[in-house]
Amino acid sequence: MTSDIRLNSAAFPEKKKKKKVKFRRVLFLMFALVVLVTFAFLFLFPTVFTVTNSFMSTTEISANYGKIFTGLGISGDGGRVFIADKVNLQLIPDRVSFSQYATVLLKSPEYLLKFWNSVIYVLPIVLFQLVVAAGASYCFARVETKFRSIVFFAYIILMLMPYQVTLVPNYIVMDKLSLMNTRWAIILPGIFSPFSVFILTKFMRRIPTAVVEAAKLDGASEWQIFSLIYMPLCRSTLYSVAILVFIDYWNMVEQPLILLTDQELYPLSVFLSKINEGDTGIALAIAVIYMVPPVLLFLYSEDYLVDGIAYSASVKG
Amino acid sequence: MKKKLKAASGVPESGSPESGPPETKPVKTEKEKKKWRISKRERAERARTSVFMMPSFLGVMLFFILPFLVVIYYALIDNPTTANFVGLENFEKLFSNNAFKLALKNTGMFSLTAVPLVVIIALALAVLLESNIPYKSTFRTIFLSPMIVPAASIILIWQVLFDYNGVINDITVFFGADPVEWLKSDFGYIVVVLLFLWKNIGYNMIMFMSALSAIPRGILEVAMLDGCGTVRRFFTIKLRYLSSTISYVTIMSLINSFKIFREVYLLTGDYPYDTMYTLQHFMNNTFSNYDYQKLSSAAIVLCAVMIVIIGILLWVDNHVGKGIEE
Repeated sequence: MTSDIRLNSAAFPEKKKKKKVKFRRVLFLMFALVVLVTFAFLFLFPTVFTVTNSFMSTTEISANYGKIFTGLGISGDGGRVFIADKVNLQLIPDRVSFSQYATVLLKSPEYLLKFWNSVIYVLPIVLFQLVVAAGASYCFARVETKFRSIVFFAYIILMLMPYQVTLVPNYIVMDKLSLMNTRWAIILPGIFSPFSVFILTKFMRRIPTAVVEAAKLDGASEWQIFSLIYMPLCRSTLYSVAILVFIDYWNMVEQPLILLTDQELYPLSVFLSKINEGDTGIALAIAVIYMVPPVLLFLYSEDYLVDGIAYSASVKG
Repeated sequence: MKKKLKAASGVPESGSPESGPPETKPVKTEKEKKKWRISKRERAERARTSVFMMPSFLGVMLFFILPFLVVIYYALIDNPTTANFVGLENFEKLFSNNAFKLALKNTGMFSLTAVPLVVIIALALAVLLESNIPYKSTFRTIFLSPMIVPAASIILIWQVLFDYNGVINDITVFFGADPVEWLKSDFGYIVVVLLFLWKNIGYNMIMFMSALSAIPRGILEVAMLDGCGTVRRFFTIKLRYLSSTISYVTIMSLINSFKIFREVYLLTGDYPYDTMYTLQHFMNNTFSNYDYQKLSSAAIVLCAVMIVIIGILLWVDNHVGKGIEE
């Protein structure tokens, strides 16, 4: 009975307080949602526009953007076209047309060739960088010695260096090996980039040594410990690293500009800026095609990507 | 069984390289002594594991470390054919070069303004997202999307937005301002900062989100029971736990701010307006002149600057983050 009274008297002011807290929570939620939605709009907007505008016909594009991109004065079918004197940013095309895609995919193979260039650079870099990095991180994580921790520190410093520093040594080596202006000039330095070593080592150091000891008792060789214990345990991290490396190299601009002089060898990321001036419609279509692989990869494996970024979030082991 | 395991592996209980850092001081000195007396088995193990490192080590040596020594050599001679040692003359020349000074100033200014902005906005968004917001994962996906989309793909839209006849000018004129040549005036700087923020906020936000969710709930709850408000909880507890993430994010953003050349190049080409002339433009144009001495000394100056900045950030990290068990 007494306990009941105590409960009642305590519950009354508590309820009032709760209501106040709830009100503040709703207010906060509303504020947060407004901020987040605004940012979300700003973040999505350029991508969405690129995609929707790529479905416009040439006439519509020159009517909307002719003011900016000169060289659009004459339309594809010969006649002069209407150009608005103000730029007209339009989200939804008046008439959906696949003509830009048809041009890119069927009529002019040069764009697809550049796309293929990108693939040729990025796939070997991702694959071999992972193989090389897995070995190095295994070594760093399994047995630590003074020398190895110095080397690992050097790797971190190297990872943190901007292109403006690392491209000069790269250029000198490629010049000496006379690999300048070949695909190797892009691929070889990419393979030995220390970024994935950094993340993989951090992950592998968490694997308990007891696992290794047990395997050794069972007579496992070093190769077996590596391939049958470490690699399966690292599978998801390897996948995260692969995505990060893929995105990084799919985007590359600096390396091809410096290490390649032949425009035929340029990946699409650089070549896209060269077509912007002439054919806006085609540039939009090829831009969309170019973002398809990373976007698909992202939608398919966002959680891996997020894990990968989270793993990299501290310099200390 | 346990005994057998230890005996079989041949690893002494203390002082082995694998048993982690020793906890007390006397053990450490013992370890110091034992450094020269590692067992045969351990030596064999080291040799066996170092095989795995060879490809990476050789590659890094060949493509980065050794050529960097050549870079240092090039920076100290007058030209590759006569190869006279000239000391610091190349650096003096570099610092009297106007293009380099402009590039250094622009890049420095850009990093100084854009990096704090990107860190603060990303942290704010992360805090908002980590406070039980509905559709959290949708927002996360949207904020990450600019990182995925290749810069080259969306550059057209930026041109449409910031052209003289573009959309942004329409908006500013609507509010009574004069139209501005965004890409061909001092305002170009703002465009570049916006692009940088757009591209990098998501990546940083993810790192902050993971760090925020790793803060032990218990501490926050105790603080709440003691009547510590939301704001104070953030500044006194969360920020302390985030300190190492903040310094890492700052380093990464700094490095990414050096990559902004990519977007500027795609927007405006080899020779942009003065305020957008970055270090990478300078390097590119020097590369095309084959001026090895200028290039090498510039690379060394940059490398030194980066090492100093990273050193400062790590030092700050070590001193601020003290007293927190991880």
